[in-house]
Amino acid sequence: MSAQKNRGKRSLQVISALVFLYLFAPILWIVVFSFNDPRGRYNLNWSSFTLQNWLHPFADKELTDAFVTSLQIAFLAVTLATVMGALMALALSKFRFRGSSAVDIFLVLPLTTPEIVLGASLLTMFIDFDWARGFVTIVIAHTLFCLSFVALTVKARISGFDWRLEEAAADLGAGPWRTFSRVTFPLILPGVFAAALLSFALSIDDYIITSFNKGQTNTMPIHIWDSYKVEFRPEVNVLASMILVVSVVLLVGSSVMSARRSR
Amino acid sequence: MAGEGRKNGRFVPWALLSPGGLFLALFFLVPVWALARIALSTKPSRFEDPAFAWDFSNFGTALSDYGGQFGRSFLYAGLATLFAFIIGYPLAYSIAAYGGKWKDLLIGLVVIPFFTSFLIRTIAWTSILGPQSVVTDAFRGLPLVGDDFNFIGNMWSVVGGLTYNFLPFMILPIYVALEKIDFRLTEAAGDLYATPVAGFWRVIFPLSLPGVFAGSLLVFIPAAGDFINTRFLGTPKTSVIGSVVQDQFLVQLNYPVAAALSLFLMAIITVAVLIYSKLFGTEGLAA
Repeated sequence: MSAQKNRGKRSLQVISALVFLYLFAPILWIVVFSFNDPRGRYNLNWSSFTLQNWLHPFADKELTDAFVTSLQIAFLAVTLATVMGALMALALSKFRFRGSSAVDIFLVLPLTTPEIVLGASLLTMFIDFDWARGFVTIVIAHTLFCLSFVALTVKARISGFDWRLEEAAADLGAGPWRTFSRVTFPLILPGVFAAALLSFALSIDDYIITSFNKGQTNTMPIHIWDSYKVEFRPEVNVLASMILVVSVVLLVGSSVMSARRSR
Repeated sequence: MAGEGRKNGRFVPWALLSPGGLFLALFFLVPVWALARIALSTKPSRFEDPAFAWDFSNFGTALSDYGGQFGRSFLYAGLATLFAFIIGYPLAYSIAAYGGKWKDLLIGLVVIPFFTSFLIRTIAWTSILGPQSVVTDAFRGLPLVGDDFNFIGNMWSVVGGLTYNFLPFMILPIYVALEKIDFRLTEAAGDLYATPVAGFWRVIFPLSLPGVFAGSLLVFIPAAGDFINTRFLGTPKTSVIGSVVQDQFLVQLNYPVAAALSLFLMAIITVAVLIYSKLFGTEGLAA
């Protein structure tokens, strides 16, 4: 029987390794092909090794502009969503009140509505109100899907929190503001930061909702999609690799930070 | 599971909820209402504004003209959910059962693909498995595989792309469910003369079902609305509901039918979500 168990464990590990390979093949491809010197307009077939793309990552002006726009939109949307979402999470996990389960459902719906429906419905409203589509409407759209995401993840992270700690702080003479800034805020911070980081990734990555509400504004995914008809440049791989490295560093940093705190 | 010392509140929680709540009301509820209105409007030609008219014919048109796309969206999303479960479950299980001190790192690795662009990862497959790639070449050399064999450009490459892109959404909730299970239960089952396989199916698997349901929902929903995979990995013959909605909205300017299509998609998925949250609550959907 234990032989059967070991065989089971072995085959599970082999399957897992293959699944990891499947998950990481495109990531490896992105990094490897950032060093490619493609022969035509499409960086899809390996030709020869070069460092040129990394030496001049911002050579493609339109791509760079779109990249900067994506970062600005993500920064604004994530800031708005994180503040509003963290407050909602705080309300839902700290207080018992009538209607909280209805609020829960209301929060889940934007997250479980297909992106295509969110994009289409926002566009319909913007058309109804005669709002010109552009930078602002993209920020609104991104704030929408980040908001539910932040509220629900932060809520999940702080659901086990012992709120009596706040009373303890008050008993020791701390005022409400001091209690919040010294006790509550530091405790919820790692969860809020992780949620903000993930929604930043959601925002700079979004194509579907953005395509409905972009007007003449180009984000990086929009630029890649539109220009794919004529080219796919290796600078795209360089920028994608940069985003990958920065976010992995931040992710590892934040988990080390929260591991230290919980010790 | 609720935290200790939760307070009863009347005014404060609603004050905290109001900025986000107002935002959601204005930019989620009002748009969905606008979408429903447009779906019931008439728009005789692309140059005229839609006029509200309780016109239910758009829903009929949506189904009769785009039934094929509907069928494909749900078929592809269903297959992708099934495949994600088949390959995601063993991985989640291995990490939860055998991960030891590497657990956090391994599950962190599952999330890393999220941090590179969805679009670029999908385009990556057209290069890795494209007509001129090493892998395709090697396959064409195999017996019984013809020289015109291609990975990309059929329904299976679309399903493969969907499975790939949404796989982490399946793995994470299953892992969360498995992680709570005490794996000594399998030993107990063994002591009671259950084979390891029976021990798994009768003891562990039922306990992990909430995670399986959450994961299935989280894969199926984005997969049913996606049209990026079919754009890069499929052909015009694999067009799906998302392709039609985007085309009708942004190119044909045929808002009423496109709105009706979106509402159908939303209605089906919302029913599934409401049933899920009645059964399991909303916790599992926020990985």
